[in-house]
Amino acid sequence: MTQINVNVHYVTRIEGHGNLILNAKDGKIEELKWEVPESPRFFEAMLVGRHYDDVHHIASRICGICSIAHTTASIQATEAAFGIKPSEQTIMLRKLLYDAELLESHVLHTLFLAAPDFLGVDSVLPLATTHKDVVVMALRLKKLAYNLAEALAERKTHPLSCVVGGFAKLPDLNVLKALRKRLVDAYADLDVTVGLFKTLKIPDFVRETEYIALRDPKEYAFISGQIASSDAPAVAINDYLNVTNEFCVPHSTAKYAKNKRDAYMVGALARFNLNFKQLSPRAKKVAKELGISAPNHNPYMITVAQLVETYQALDESISLIDQILNKGLKEEPINVKPRAGKGVSAVEAPRGILFHDYTYDENGIITKANCIIPTNQNHNNIQKDLEALVPGILNKPENEIRLMMEMLVRAYDPCVSCSTHSLNVIFK
Amino acid sequence: MKPKIAFFEFTSCEGCQLEVLNLSGEELLDLLGDVDIVNFREAITERADNYDIAFIEGSISREAEIPRLKAIREQAKIIVAIGACACIGGVNCLKNHLTMNQALQMVYGDSAKYYDTIPARPINAVIPVDYYIRGCPPLTSEFVKVTKSLLLGKKPEIPGHPVCTECKMAGNICVFELGKTCLGPVTRAGCKAICVSGGRHCWGCRGLVDEPNINSEEEVLKKYGLTVEQVVDKFKIYNTYSEVMR
Repeated sequence: MTQINVNVHYVTRIEGHGNLILNAKDGKIEELKWEVPESPRFFEAMLVGRHYDDVHHIASRICGICSIAHTTASIQATEAAFGIKPSEQTIMLRKLLYDAELLESHVLHTLFLAAPDFLGVDSVLPLATTHKDVVVMALRLKKLAYNLAEALAERKTHPLSCVVGGFAKLPDLNVLKALRKRLVDAYADLDVTVGLFKTLKIPDFVRETEYIALRDPKEYAFISGQIASSDAPAVAINDYLNVTNEFCVPHSTAKYAKNKRDAYMVGALARFNLNFKQLSPRAKKVAKELGISAPNHNPYMITVAQLVETYQALDESISLIDQILNKGLKEEPINVKPRAGKGVSAVEAPRGILFHDYTYDENGIITKANCIIPTNQNHNNIQKDLEALVPGILNKPENEIRLMMEMLVRAYDPCVSCSTHSLNVIFK
Repeated sequence: MKPKIAFFEFTSCEGCQLEVLNLSGEELLDLLGDVDIVNFREAITERADNYDIAFIEGSISREAEIPRLKAIREQAKIIVAIGACACIGGVNCLKNHLTMNQALQMVYGDSAKYYDTIPARPINAVIPVDYYIRGCPPLTSEFVKVTKSLLLGKKPEIPGHPVCTECKMAGNICVFELGKTCLGPVTRAGCKAICVSGGRHCWGCRGLVDEPNINSEEEVLKKYGLTVEQVVDKFKIYNTYSEVMR
């Protein structure tokens, strides 16, 4: 009789808490579960009663690593509710700030959190000796992303200068010029990373699912567009609830989601699959080098899709800085007139699409809030992936099974600490 | 023997730990030369139950977190609270203005019965805390400074004066002069007034100064035609748990 018991209480090298449980006897799975016991944070309850100027400041605290995504979604939802159209300059600065977060988050995930598994070590720390050049390079890329965010919003974690209606402070053009040079230099660093990833053996596992991401006819979408799906026509972001269909499960404080199939995936691979054609030529070339083409149905390839997107972020940020340097920046007065109503915004956080939905009264005070985060949308898909993966690897030693399961969860770059939830209960 | 340090997080966004990971290459490698990191779930897989200094991020908002926190206190020689959630309760305490049933109903509706939640609190409401690294998020430079002095066996110096002092040094125009509310006069310094430098106002994330001069804040408000309610409303964001509010 063979018995396999995998119990990973708190998967490490992810943001937030998640547990993996597998009990199998004689080749039969008795229990297989991805559990999310994260402390619920109650952001939707915390936002009720707050003035619009405080809302994005609080919403940023949903997640340290995607704080720019949450801040941007929050600001855009408030602007949608008030009928404010941000200026072209504001949109450019927001996109540039966004690229900084995407670059930082993807570098952190691919090199610090995911790569150690492929290299057979427990963390990035031993790599400081065995792959020192890679670690130093990753730190340099992270620093660059931080400095870019600092130039635009004073800091990366919980950004400051971006507000409803525009920017409370504009970046210094000379600082942007200096950053442009470092961004150009960063290609060489990324090329080294690609070189490393070409040597790694990515597990060969395929499970096709529904892929959901923003799509904008103008560009590879991060902060604008409609909700596109691999299985259905795109829908307006105001109709997001028809896509997410959240439901509660007893073993998890996070909610689960499903749309056309029993589960769907969001994040870098979903964006790559849906919007591949809009990637920059350089990003497409890197995709080819890394042996990934759209559509790809291997969830372990999410990390590779992230690496492709780092080139997209570099290309886009350099192009945005060029446009800004060319046009110059002008002080734009921030005029916000609150009005009663509802506004929805969707953005692509590094780990997938997220939604903020606010209802305001005429004084600009929130009466109802709903936030749906990417990882909650992925939990269900992670569970379905595990159910498809584990039967095929049950003959392997227990530690290998555990590693394959942990690597699968890590590939999704989950950010469980967000722990915001949705529900349409009116607060009285 | 190098001191063993561990990181733990409770209810939080994990932004504080990210700020630690944001140390530059030299700073990080320098620090790693002086300590053994034995527990850092966000960054490393290894875990150990044996550590000397525990850095704790996040506030306490579930019954189940209380015994976990107490066990860390028993093991660690030094407990350092890191970030607004751990030090003063932070934004998590905003939910304390509702009854826990209201909060649960709002977010989870019919499924509310699945969830364990209690009013959020800073960690010193549960265990004694030795040192505080404040802010939302804390400055990496302050993290390095405090950690280095702990390693040298010295007591870290924490400013007791208000943010206004640093704000003037940063060359900012006073937020009150712009007709807006600011918590700088009653908030503990150490952040270099980063929020005002970024075009905003002070949100009070580092908690109150040692002897807050509430009367003088009121005078300032009167001078600029602002109300106490406006300030209290802003103050709630990070300082709901403070004695002034209770």
